[in-house]
Amino acid sequence: MNYREQFNIVISGHVDHGKSTVIGRLLADTNSLPDGKLESIREYCKKNSKTFEYAFLLDALKEEQSQGITIDAARIHFKTAKRDYLILDAPGHIEFLRNMITGATRAEGTLIVIDINEGIKENSRRHGYLISMLGIRQVSVLINKMDLAGYSRDAYDKIVSEYQAFLKRIGIEPFSFIPVAALNGENIFRRSEKMPWYEGPTVVEQIDCFEPDRGKADKPFRFPVQDVYKFTGMNDDRRILAGMVAFGSIRQSEEVLFLPSNKKSRIRTIETFSDKPPECVSAGMSCGFTIDDPLYIKPGEMMLRVEEPSKPSASRRFKANLFWMGAFPMVKGKQYEIKIGTAYILINLTEILGIMDASDLESIGNKSEVDRYEVAECVLETNRPVAFDHTPLLDSTSRFVIIDNYQISGAGIILQSLEDENISLVKYLARRENRWDAGSVTKFERETRYGHRAKLVLLTGSANIEETGKFLERSLYDMKFFSFYIGMKSLSAGLDNDLDGSIENREESIRRLGEISRILTDAGLIAITCMREMDDYDAEKIRELNSPYELLTIKYGRSPFDKFPADLDLPEDTSPDTAVEKIVELMRKKDIVPEYFL
Amino acid sequence: MDRIDRLEAESIYILREAYREFKNKNLCMLWSVGKDSTVLLWLARKAFFGHVPFPMVHIDTHFKIPEMIAYRDRLAREWKLDMIYGENSDALAKKMTYPEGAIDRLTCCKYLKSEALRHTLAGDWIRYRMNHATGNYEPDMNKDPYQGVIVGVRADEEGSRSKERYFSPRTDNNEWNIGEQPPELWHYYNTSFPPGCHIRIHPILDWTELDIWEYIARENVPFIPLYLDQGEGKRYRSLGCWPCTKPIESSARNIGEIIEELKSGKLKNVAERSGREQDKADGGSLETLRREGYM
Repeated sequence: MNYREQFNIVISGHVDHGKSTVIGRLLADTNSLPDGKLESIREYCKKNSKTFEYAFLLDALKEEQSQGITIDAARIHFKTAKRDYLILDAPGHIEFLRNMITGATRAEGTLIVIDINEGIKENSRRHGYLISMLGIRQVSVLINKMDLAGYSRDAYDKIVSEYQAFLKRIGIEPFSFIPVAALNGENIFRRSEKMPWYEGPTVVEQIDCFEPDRGKADKPFRFPVQDVYKFTGMNDDRRILAGMVAFGSIRQSEEVLFLPSNKKSRIRTIETFSDKPPECVSAGMSCGFTIDDPLYIKPGEMMLRVEEPSKPSASRRFKANLFWMGAFPMVKGKQYEIKIGTAYILINLTEILGIMDASDLESIGNKSEVDRYEVAECVLETNRPVAFDHTPLLDSTSRFVIIDNYQISGAGIILQSLEDENISLVKYLARRENRWDAGSVTKFERETRYGHRAKLVLLTGSANIEETGKFLERSLYDMKFFSFYIGMKSLSAGLDNDLDGSIENREESIRRLGEISRILTDAGLIAITCMREMDDYDAEKIRELNSPYELLTIKYGRSPFDKFPADLDLPEDTSPDTAVEKIVELMRKKDIVPEYFL
Repeated sequence: MDRIDRLEAESIYILREAYREFKNKNLCMLWSVGKDSTVLLWLARKAFFGHVPFPMVHIDTHFKIPEMIAYRDRLAREWKLDMIYGENSDALAKKMTYPEGAIDRLTCCKYLKSEALRHTLAGDWIRYRMNHATGNYEPDMNKDPYQGVIVGVRADEEGSRSKERYFSPRTDNNEWNIGEQPPELWHYYNTSFPPGCHIRIHPILDWTELDIWEYIARENVPFIPLYLDQGEGKRYRSLGCWPCTKPIESSARNIGEIIEELKSGKLKNVAERSGREQDKADGGSLETLRREGYM
């Protein structure tokens, strides 16, 4: 079957500059309206003594008609001889900017409409900036209402040169400027006889020249892992990494690398749930992979070719351009959720390098927060390393959104990867230690009295670690040492009672565990706790939080995190007796407990 | 990739996103057993490699065309679906329906569909779940509210649907605030929500009626023969309750002919839901119904 191509465009521009008229005219002139529709609207206007406007045609909702403004990125279909179009109508009112953005992120090309008499307005510039930031490269500018300016070439040239200069600053080179009178259909579909001085394309000719983004498959391979499935029903034992190929293509049996975990494997099968799975998948396809090794891959990792010359960065810090549209300003010191690729993690705004207003690109100067509709160049720090690109060539893996107050409130593009340091945690610890109000008994006095040093022993792995933890507590106690078992279940029933399973709360529960162990070790105890699903970043965070006393990590059995760095690695089949023996032996070696006791 | 490939890939991405974010928060998919939500079910089987890892919820008005219920249960058994239905038992028992002459069409829709849906999703009215061992429906013990609801609406169906987001929050009263919707950018959706809200997920928002039929033809998706002319020059274009759904004039006897009919523009002046009498009752009725949670 022969499917027609569909191309998405967005119409943007300041309010009342004629966006809806352009759309209405496109629909009418390309014969894309249902029969009688136009007549019925004309009839409606006549009855209600209103001047006919094409906007009425588009106002699908009662609510809209009463306010006279387009509320959302409504979808409108029309066709030319060449292909089908989907218009995402972008409302011009500032309060509907988020709807304009919603429409624009799905468009491959845009028409910016400017009223010749009103000239370049705030939203002409703001929309221009957003189109640049959202990554739309195919732009044409319509100078509308030429009829009201006597079809004057001078007036047209003046606005063109002014707007062209603005677009140049934000990196947009428009395909064309087109003088139009949308209400009369001049230069929309029909070439205008009133402006013989204009020799460029009509609007329809122009959009038919826009190209769908076809180059993605030729770029370096990127597959952000969206989810990992292990459905057990119907005797299915596949472990499938699912997602959509962002760029490039890959075949069966190729060697792959996962970032940020740095794990390597090989593609065993490509999965699509069709009769004949393809041997090769490329950009834009939703698919799945099984790999040769039973690695624990988490959603949010990026899969690429081992031999890829241009690798994404994996870091916790990066410099970015950010557009903020949240109801509350974005502030330093607050934790936000960020979606970057398929990684959904936490982020801190650590530095603001510059802020400007998106409507005039004027610098706003030194500020400590980012207000609504401002653009900030800033440094962001995530709570754990994440893989990303930072080039316009790989745009979709270079962009992110920030969630505040349950809503997408900011959007941005990463400009540069910075050194991977956990500066927020370092600052937090420095501040805490600086303010620590120590008692009158010193660490040395306690060690002398108790006969051992303080430590947090952290058990992880697939074995029965809870039983072993309690057995270790008992054994140390019987040796006259001061040991204490922290049950994770006790914490979630009590201290962490206010936390649910969200990612913010998981980080918070780790912080609390770290702080409790800081207090217990300060009290001179050997604290013991068990955590099953713990990766090296969790361990590192607890280690830092527990400083200066630090941590002894014991891996007992398999950890899903195959690179988990442990002080002691016990095979699954070790008996609890032997496990405890080995742990105590290590504690002796590390001089936590004395070599001999009486 | 052609247009249908792209639509399929995007819809699958959205379905996987819904599952990723809501699998621990009670996710379900509404299945009217019409062509759109059946295509959505087909896409779910593709997205999850042959599995449908959440329950399918059907609102049974008990006035559905009988073939619809038979078809629902046949697919539920064949594809091992976790099949659930809900209803407005009270209105049905009291015969508070339009076919029984008690109320008008719109009020009937409100009782048997909107209300039944709201309470079935919230879990405060009884839900029936298919027992695959016996093939019968039994009262479902799970009464937890569904917090993520996947719905097969399309933007081109009628005006208010063109305003939808892929992920759209609703208050627990199913209210929808069109003007205040958060933005959606690229492949990033609003998946967190305040208490007292649930999320509607719309994976096939960008599909048109023609896309649906072209996909059904390409993938061999099973569909109810009521969509075809059985020899009387009539076929259903949209399926619903028998007292309020009328067939259209058409002699399309197979999918190819439906596609031809849609492409030819013969139905251009006829709205897809023109056979649905409740849409005509008042100018903005469907929008009013949708604000109250109608699909």
